[in-house]
Amino acid sequence: MKEKKTPLVRLAKRDGMEAWKVWCIRACSVVLALLLGALLIAVTGSNPLTAYGTILSGALGKKTAIRQTVKIAVPLLGCALAIAPCFKMRFWNIGAEGQITAGAIAASYFALFWAGRLPGPVLLPVMGLAGAIAGGIWALIPAFFKAKWNTNETLFTLMMNYIVIGLVRWLQGGPWEGRPGSQIIPQFDPSACLPRVLGVHCGWIIVLVLVVFMHVYMRYTKHGYEIAVIGDSVNTARYAGMNVGHIMMRTLFLSGAISGLVGYIIASGANNTLYDGVAGGVGFTSITVAWLSQLNAFAMVGISLLLAVLSKGAETLQTRMSIPASLSDIITGILLFCMLGCEFFINYRLIFRGKSHKEGVRS
Amino acid sequence: METVCAIELKGITKRFGEVVANDGIDLTLNRGEILSLLGENGSGKTTLMNMLSGIYFPDEGEILVSGEPVSIRSPKDAFANGIGMIHQHYKLVDVFTAAENIALGLEERGRLDIRAVNEKVSAICQRYGFDIDPTQKIYNMSVSQKQTVEIVKVLYRGADILILDEPTAVLTPQETDRLFDVLRNMRADGKAIVIITHKLHEVMALSDKVAVLRKGKYIGAVRTSQTNPQALTDMMVGRSVTLNIDRPRYETPVRRLELKGVTCLDGEGVKRLDNVSFTALGGEILGIAGIAGSGQRELLEAVSGLYPVKEGSITYAPPDGGDMELVGRTPMEIRRSGVVMAFVPEDRLGMGLVGSMGMTGNMMLRSWRKGKSAFVNRKDPNELALKVWKDLEVVVPSTEFPVRRLSGGNVQKVLVGREIATAPSVLMCAYAVRGLDINTSYTIYNLLTEQKMKGAAVIYVGEDLDVLLELCDRILVLCGGQVSGVVDARTATKDQIGLLMTRLGGKEGA
Repeated sequence: MKEKKTPLVRLAKRDGMEAWKVWCIRACSVVLALLLGALLIAVTGSNPLTAYGTILSGALGKKTAIRQTVKIAVPLLGCALAIAPCFKMRFWNIGAEGQITAGAIAASYFALFWAGRLPGPVLLPVMGLAGAIAGGIWALIPAFFKAKWNTNETLFTLMMNYIVIGLVRWLQGGPWEGRPGSQIIPQFDPSACLPRVLGVHCGWIIVLVLVVFMHVYMRYTKHGYEIAVIGDSVNTARYAGMNVGHIMMRTLFLSGAISGLVGYIIASGANNTLYDGVAGGVGFTSITVAWLSQLNAFAMVGISLLLAVLSKGAETLQTRMSIPASLSDIITGILLFCMLGCEFFINYRLIFRGKSHKEGVRS
Repeated sequence: METVCAIELKGITKRFGEVVANDGIDLTLNRGEILSLLGENGSGKTTLMNMLSGIYFPDEGEILVSGEPVSIRSPKDAFANGIGMIHQHYKLVDVFTAAENIALGLEERGRLDIRAVNEKVSAICQRYGFDIDPTQKIYNMSVSQKQTVEIVKVLYRGADILILDEPTAVLTPQETDRLFDVLRNMRADGKAIVIITHKLHEVMALSDKVAVLRKGKYIGAVRTSQTNPQALTDMMVGRSVTLNIDRPRYETPVRRLELKGVTCLDGEGVKRLDNVSFTALGGEILGIAGIAGSGQRELLEAVSGLYPVKEGSITYAPPDGGDMELVGRTPMEIRRSGVVMAFVPEDRLGMGLVGSMGMTGNMMLRSWRKGKSAFVNRKDPNELALKVWKDLEVVVPSTEFPVRRLSGGNVQKVLVGREIATAPSVLMCAYAVRGLDINTSYTIYNLLTEQKMKGAAVIYVGEDLDVLLELCDRILVLCGGQVSGVVDARTATKDQIGLLMTRLGGKEGA
């Protein structure tokens, strides 16, 4: 005998949702992530509420803390802006780390050897320009190979990271070493350091300008249109007469140049020197920022601040409540998981047995 | 003859988001009966059948097989109930033999006895008059043989209710006749058969009963013997339509495009086009017929500069005089000179449209480079989008609605509408009406004729020979990348073209 039975849970594709609902679901997923994080804190034996309170006060409680937080957010935001066009084009550039480092090297060269010869107002722009060009070239190499021989850009960009970081190590211990045996490159001349505005190096102004630039570039320019078409279908782009390889290389140069600029900001603004950890994982974390903000330039501002607050606050957490600072990484991971997972609920709805079709379930 | 209800559908409803694909459908199918499921594109035929074959699960309603209510949650459940579906796209492993493909996925314990499978397959073939060798590899088979394998696969699994989704779309007229003979044999054997189709003459020739769907609703079922194509069309469309294509003659056709000895190789070095020569005239519609994959796509792509030409020349004679060689030019240069292509590929969004953008963004593909400004002009494309929206009755909430989410027919209207809007002097169209409903198809035929009367050379790659014969002035037939013949569409017959499609020159052994 055949039994009549409906499946317990079924999936149905949603047909578009109002924007506010979508953002509601995304907000819910952030709350869910924080709740899961709270569970984790509770497991370590602390009060989650105090812990979150400590994170907030540690990151935003004092003026100096806010400055620190902004300092963490600036490179994240800048770099997320850099990789946004690549990802829009479905070119998986995970080499921002290396592009930052390449930019930092070029900027450092001028900081170390031209500081006395060029006046300050000229030196800083020259450093920035050099950083941008170096980062751009570093990104252009994998793009060139991809355009010419269709090499795998993910592996290629990743490997380029290690080359350039190795290069810095060599510089540190060799030609650019300060005190012999120190393995450290000397501090930059003050004229090669970014001036402070409102207590933080002026890199924050540069990245905010970049936010607007990137928004306009992606939305309203011909270049942005080409990038969007290639991201959707390379065949369609070809059909419309676009030179895909050329556009790919151009976009990657731009992306690398912005990453290089970020490298310059980090070296000149935050560290005032160059060392092998100059990128410090920013190139990877910014991928999270870019995805979480759905490649929306303005959303990136918020997301990068959120991650910066978590990361700065977790340091305070460690000193005050002796909860490991790596907690912030865990929460970031959970956050990424929840936010990407919620896209599923934006695209599909679940239908449970016995209920009418209208009662879709949200996350 | 006593009839037993093989399948009964009661109030079947299926929704995709806000779209109601099937709305309370009631349908019955008896054993020993062939039912044609007829409906325009997007009317919900395939969705309905997918619920029978376990791909979708209905939101509401009941399915009864042989009078018993059943729940079909997977294709396996469907087979358990004796329902088998033959999809439009075959799912076969190329390097396996027919028998291996048929046995694939059957959960039989112990070792696979391929000899027993071969025998059983041969027995099925003999019983219904199929013509395949169970030990032949799939990659050596023609499209129609592959289809046969799919049908045998379903029968092998013991299906006695067969659903065929547009089975004739890829067949020549002769192959179609053979398929119909087999289906009639199966009917005589007591199987229940559903075929999904748009082609009215096939409905009339084959089926006992016709069920019509329109916009997800069940309109009614009629005995085939008691109806006619015009009545069925009216049922499908919901109002009276005229089924005549106007074919005026253009006064003075002139040479517009000339191909001489064009040969193209694909990535593997296989000849896709072999010494193709012909002339397309301004003021005529040149139809191109052929079995799917005979070089139609490569031909159009070669002319538009997207497919590399190994040998030969393609000469374009613009209306304002002066010949121009197209081989070696970029797609952009060719397009600018007035040669445009509206290719509707199998995957409609794969080439020519950007799925994530709205109509405006897609209209921009044509004009985005215009002007010196670094910014794109969205105003003109938006106006064009509004015009196409209105002229071709595209069903879309706004010009910013992603075209990926539109139904296939509407996607096609966007594509074809945009290409025609450029007022080209050579317009190449491939499968422009694939999957479109009758009404829109005729709108497009009329648009093509309009272009012809403006003196454009229209090259139309089509699948439906009846339409090619009615629409075109001349028909060029491709066979395996070669020109098999060029016929006058006003005097040629379907059989003649069918022969040219399978054999060069239409002669045995040629």
